[in-house]
Amino acid sequence: MRVSVIVFPGSNCDRDVAVSLKKFSNKSPLMIWHKETSLPDSDLIVLPGGFSYGDYLRCGSMAANSPIMKEVKKSAEKGSSILGICNGFQILTESGLLPGTLIRNQGLSFICKNTSLRVENDKSFFTHNYNKNEIVNIPIAHNEGNYFADENVIKDIEDKNLVAFRYCNKNGDINEETNPNGSLKNIAGIINEKGNVLGMMPHPERATDDITGLNDGEKFFTSIIESIK
Amino acid sequence: MKSLVKIMPKKGVLDPQGKAIENSLKQLGFPQIKKVKQGKIIEIEIDADNESDAREIITNASNKLLANLVIEDYEITFLKED
Repeated sequence: MRVSVIVFPGSNCDRDVAVSLKKFSNKSPLMIWHKETSLPDSDLIVLPGGFSYGDYLRCGSMAANSPIMKEVKKSAEKGSSILGICNGFQILTESGLLPGTLIRNQGLSFICKNTSLRVENDKSFFTHNYNKNEIVNIPIAHNEGNYFADENVIKDIEDKNLVAFRYCNKNGDINEETNPNGSLKNIAGIINEKGNVLGMMPHPERATDDITGLNDGEKFFTSIIESIK
Repeated sequence: MKSLVKIMPKKGVLDPQGKAIENSLKQLGFPQIKKVKQGKIIEIEIDADNESDAREIITNASNKLLANLVIEDYEITFLKED
């Protein structure tokens, strides 16, 4: 299993995601600085959460044009799997690897809290250890997590079952009240059509240890690790 | 020469910042103010032989980085030299 975690100036969840990956795979990922112009062959490339380039211009826009991203795009075309969490999701939309974009939260506040998510796609590389409609508790921590895309894109994503997770409450209800940030259709994470790129705003790496009181991220990482094996 | 790129949220895209400013202005006693949108302006100094060349370069830069075309429109103008 070859995993690379890309580290941008301002990334701050790079170590957390490396710890989670190591916990379930017994193997430490490689940490790759954004200025690198080559990328080792990787089964999985992770774009971690944080505030790359201080969120200048638009969240993820600078990182999307970082030298390493050319290599990430090439690897994605060749079939490597790419995971973007939080700022990583913003980088994926800014670089065109996923459709749509993430705009300012509807309530204008930074939101840091545990949220309920409903698993929508239980067949993917990243989510197959979950059951469809399973409710999981995973934290969010973002200011720009409000997923937006035009109507046709949203329809396409939904028709093709490319929504990975939606925000909900403990009962799995999906509506305006259970939408923390204004995301269209309560979308919290999406997969690309080829199935090898997933972006999500919630942080599964913060839900993999009893010390945080949450464990629902475990099935996310075991799904990925089993898919690679 | 100097150019300004004005970047604004597209019509129909939620603009929570503009909305917050609008509400604040209403509370401050400006009932005449009907609608506020917030965008950004980027000032660019550019080496080019003429405006048309400069416009082409800045258009390319805007599409690649300055604006996110999913949610934003942009407009390029040139400043008169002093």
